[in-house]
Amino acid sequence: MASDMTQPGFWSRLQRAAVERLHIRLESLLVLVALSAVMAVLSPYFLSLSNFLNILLATSTIGVLAIAATFVIGSGGLDLSLGSVMGLSGVAGAFVAVNLGWPWPLAVLACIIAGGIAGHINGQLVTRAFVPAFIVTLGMLGLARGLALVISQGRAIYGLPPEIVYIGQGRPFGVPMPVILLVLTAIVAHCLLAYTRFGRHTLALGDSEGAARAAGIRVEHHRRIIYTLSGALAGLAGLLFTARVNAGDPTAGINYELTAITAAIIGGTNLFGGRASILGTMIGALIMGVLQNGLTLLAVQSYYQQMAIGAVLILAVFIDQYQVRKEARV
Amino acid sequence: MTLLSLQGIRKSFGAVDVLHGVDLSVEAGEVIGLVGDNGAGKSTLMKTITGIYRADSGSIQLDGKDILPLDPGQRRRLGIEMIYQDLSLAKQQDVAANIFLGREPVKKLFGLIPGFVDKAEMDRQAQKMIERLGAHLPSINRSVGSFSGGQQQTVAIARALTFNPKLVIMDEPTAALAVREVQSVLDLIRRLKSEGIAVILISHRLNDVLAVTDRIVVLRHGRAEANLTTARTNMNEVVGRIVGGGDTSAAAAHEQRG
Repeated sequence: MASDMTQPGFWSRLQRAAVERLHIRLESLLVLVALSAVMAVLSPYFLSLSNFLNILLATSTIGVLAIAATFVIGSGGLDLSLGSVMGLSGVAGAFVAVNLGWPWPLAVLACIIAGGIAGHINGQLVTRAFVPAFIVTLGMLGLARGLALVISQGRAIYGLPPEIVYIGQGRPFGVPMPVILLVLTAIVAHCLLAYTRFGRHTLALGDSEGAARAAGIRVEHHRRIIYTLSGALAGLAGLLFTARVNAGDPTAGINYELTAITAAIIGGTNLFGGRASILGTMIGALIMGVLQNGLTLLAVQSYYQQMAIGAVLILAVFIDQYQVRKEARV
Repeated sequence: MTLLSLQGIRKSFGAVDVLHGVDLSVEAGEVIGLVGDNGAGKSTLMKTITGIYRADSGSIQLDGKDILPLDPGQRRRLGIEMIYQDLSLAKQQDVAANIFLGREPVKKLFGLIPGFVDKAEMDRQAQKMIERLGAHLPSINRSVGSFSGGQQQTVAIARALTFNPKLVIMDEPTAALAVREVQSVLDLIRRLKSEGIAVILISHRLNDVLAVTDRIVVLRHGRAEANLTTARTNMNEVVGRIVGGGDTSAAAAHEQRG
């Protein structure tokens, strides 16, 4: 039996176990550790606790967006509007709290509902109008950003109530609130994706739409829910950002979809759907966070950081596709 | 007792009329061969039974109940299963995920939070089903895309049989198989019949169809051209009905040689 099969080596068995049990790619964890080690050597400040919390805080917004990207890409879709919808949601929340003067819980709801509506429109267009997700969400990228500028008249909205600011700047037990909210969101999202029928159907759908349809899954309905969820998560990211900077900034989140999608892909999400994990995405988001933080500590201009993120995205997809082709040959 | 009854099924895609009023009935435990040339409408007809396509007009009844308005998931729950020619597997998911796709058992996490998929139960039942089929898979926790064609078909068959179907539709199940695997599929069809499960077999391999069916329905240009009792027909007649008259003895002799 075993004689005609070559025994897989220790490394590939470890890889397989990581993929099967934790749904993560071991390589991404290695990259995170290696990157952190390099940064620690280059900057003595990197390893301090306060910098660690800084990284997590900076990662919180991107992390939530990356969770959204994980669901959408895992289902075989794409959401390029994440950053714009995040900006729109933050403005919507600030508008409700400041311009309308409504109580803060309504402002929180406004962020999430504004994002959810934008996402739902994406979903309706993708499933009913048969416009490709790439185009729909690219259009929404422009639409949502424009609407954010219209609502705010092109200026940041200041004067948020202290409860909202606490969501962004509060530190219960010394841990920043956005970090706590990211962790909670990630736990719920992980359970949803890995352990529920909804999550399994999401990945099956991204794997083979025909198989999902034949199995009786309501494919279009499911896609609409995923795009709505994606928008609502972008709304949550908008809330975290707005609360942290204490302003409803209509330009918040520009290019964030680039970082979020990169984080999801680095974390092992298959660009074409069918494979995804929240744990992996969180590792990917941390890689992006460490990269940005490290480059900032090293006083690298932010323009170069932008270039680094773009290069990492292409590199991550290249490595993933290289491995897929390698496995296909076995 | 009539299990499935189709009457006057019509289906067109845009300007192309594929089915022009097909009648078909299947008894419980009956094995029907559905044959016809490429483009005769076999797969389209089957997909109107499973609900993937909605028939433009006509009626479909299962156990005397109108199932036309039901979606594919609801029809599966009533006991209509189909094994597709392309197998329709989610290749990056594992064996249990495919077998239970759309019908995952759930449990409560810590007895509190509902809606968690019971993976252990899925694995256990998947393993049992694979063993019942007498198949060997490297591991049921591997993605099915890493399996051979025959192994993948085993997964597709297991998926169709796990939830006690009343009718199993098989679209070219033997087209891509080795000789020994073909025999095991034919044996499986006989076993399903003995368990009272009806089978509709779509196949170009007329020898297989003649060997295993009770009746043969010939589809031609979107109509049920002939309804033959297998015991009282032969290769010549079946081939003649498929191509529609003319001298078919050469073609039949060719098929006979298999």
